Amino acid sequence: MVSSLLKIDDLRVHFEIKTGARWFKPETEIVRAVDGISFSLKAAETLGIVGESGCGKSTLARAILGLVRPTGGRIVWMGESLHDLTEDQMRGKRKELQMIFQDPLGSLDPRMTVGQIVGEPLKNFFPSMSRLQIRERVAGMLKMVGLLPEQINRYPHEFSGGQCQRIGIARALIVNPRLVVCDEPVSALDVSIQAQIINLLKDLQKKLRLSLIFIAHDLSVVRHVSDRVLIMYLGKIMELADRDTIYHHPRHPYTRALIQSVPIPDPEAERLRTRTTLGGELPSPANPPSGCVFRTRCPHAIDACAKQVPALEAVSNEDEENSGRHQVACIRQQELNN
Amino acid sequence: MALLEVRDLVVAFDTPEGEVHAVNGLSFDLEPGQTLGVVGESGSGKTQTAMAMMGLLAENGRASGSVRFRGQELLGMSTQELSRIRGSSISMIFQDPISSLNPYMTIGDQLIEVLTHHRNLKRKAARQRAEEMLHQVQISDPAQRMRQFPHELSGGMCQRVMIAMGLLCQPDILIADEPTTALDVTVQSQINLLMDELSEQSSTAIMLITHDLGVIAGLCNQVLVMYAGELMEFADIDPLFSSPAHPYTEGLLKSVPRLDQIDSGILSAIPGNPPDLLSLPVGCPFRARCSYAFDQCSAHPSLRETEPDRWTRCHLDTLPKPTENKAD
Repeated sequence: MVSSLLKIDDLRVHFEIKTGARWFKPETEIVRAVDGISFSLKAAETLGIVGESGCGKSTLARAILGLVRPTGGRIVWMGESLHDLTEDQMRGKRKELQMIFQDPLGSLDPRMTVGQIVGEPLKNFFPSMSRLQIRERVAGMLKMVGLLPEQINRYPHEFSGGQCQRIGIARALIVNPRLVVCDEPVSALDVSIQAQIINLLKDLQKKLRLSLIFIAHDLSVVRHVSDRVLIMYLGKIMELADRDTIYHHPRHPYTRALIQSVPIPDPEAERLRTRTTLGGELPSPANPPSGCVFRTRCPHAIDACAKQVPALEAVSNEDEENSGRHQVACIRQQELNN
Repeated sequence: MALLEVRDLVVAFDTPEGEVHAVNGLSFDLEPGQTLGVVGESGSGKTQTAMAMMGLLAENGRASGSVRFRGQELLGMSTQELSRIRGSSISMIFQDPISSLNPYMTIGDQLIEVLTHHRNLKRKAARQRAEEMLHQVQISDPAQRMRQFPHELSGGMCQRVMIAMGLLCQPDILIADEPTTALDVTVQSQINLLMDELSEQSSTAIMLITHDLGVIAGLCNQVLVMYAGELMEFADIDPLFSSPAHPYTEGLLKSVPRLDQIDSGILSAIPGNPPDLLSLPVGCPFRARCSYAFDQCSAHPSLRETEPDRWTRCHLDTLPKPTENKAD
């Protein structure tokens, strides 16, 4: 069996929030942002994570990078449990795990030059590196992400959104990470620029054999970049499968609804499309429905769905090569798909 | 006479760096029942066009040219006269539904205010009409929602309230500026379906501003493509998508991955960045990013009608066939 780079096992991140207070007695609620997520990631693989706002996808990303403390479960990075590491040891690991953020300009310090921004991780992780060496590496990196090395002394506000995102990518890649978590890296960009950044990410991933966790709400973009796709809803995995399986043979009612709600840029196709839309909206993660969290919006929900939490199970009747790779959390998936 | 006639609209802003032309000589018509899509990237002037039409430009902005609504000139109209038209004959829905509603007023009060102000309805009649409207935009339990404040509602719900508010006075024109961009995919498709039904049921002309070509394909009859403040292409929806006449339109269509097509691995992105409006290049504004650019493009192309109701601003008569255009 191929050993995985990253293994997430029953990860939970719960937040306690104050909902109000009577005299001397604060009232709190537990928000289950990430509630029992398990998956693994191989080297040079791209995992797409899709879900609507509030489904916990960003929290999951932050937990993997050690930016929020998990409430339970394990994150195993190259055979080592990150939970057991001290703060110092974790610092060393951060070099291998980097992140690209959604807001291209907002994630860059406006008072630092591009050279300082991209060079800072090197200064942190390799204190012995000389200034000249850093400058050389930064210039090389800028070229790699499609910026001009002459732009090294400019400030973020002098760049467009797409260029700022390139700077963010350069900063993440300069320490040679093995995994890069991209949290909605293109959703703030214009359509024509989105394609540039997606192509750049795909290109760099191939060149540097990076593993990517690509978080997005845009299903067409996720299909374009991912090897496997994980569909999240209210902190739980609904479906996890290879890219083509997810898009051609989705088994979970939520996955199907998501795919059906993507408008297609073709008037002909739009007229022919059956426009079934999901009713209702995402319930509060502080007060999720009993049983299956999706049942309140599911067109196929039955009484049993309220009683038991569906386990994430491998789809059995697929060809053997794929066995175990397609997982669905729905008690009715057998009957609905036959 | 068209319902709305926009002629040579220019919107300019005074900034410390100089004068910025956000919209540069835009002309189009809007007819009753028409759904016009306006596409373009940020900074292409699509929102400022709408703002100028509504007299809502920022203080440093100036609009010139002509915007005639039922023959009546809107540019230069006094605020008092404008506010009779705004919200009653022409209404607008904004991108961010939650911050577009007044946080201090209940949903009900905000809706009722529109009717008492524009239609001189008594509060009781207005309340009833508002409840009906909420019902029409598929809000469950309207009476209960009327008592709630915007923060108690989700984004999708607030956008429905905005749409209800926009339609309360049965306007002739509804301008929707990125109405679903801030919403989740499943909610987005609910709102789009709702807009589609509303446009079929009434004769309200809709001007839909968006960057999402999928939304345009599903909702609009005609499309206006903008770039750097100028109209690049205007066409009926089918020809625009099947055979775009302007290289920018073609580039936009090619740069989005599509769920209904086999993934070819690499997206054909439009190279470069949108131009700086402070220093627009001489000639065609798209020239620097265009893969077909040739000598003639250093002269500014004028808008040409290539077929009836089909306009393009490009020196090329036809775009090269897909097989021969991938030189890079």
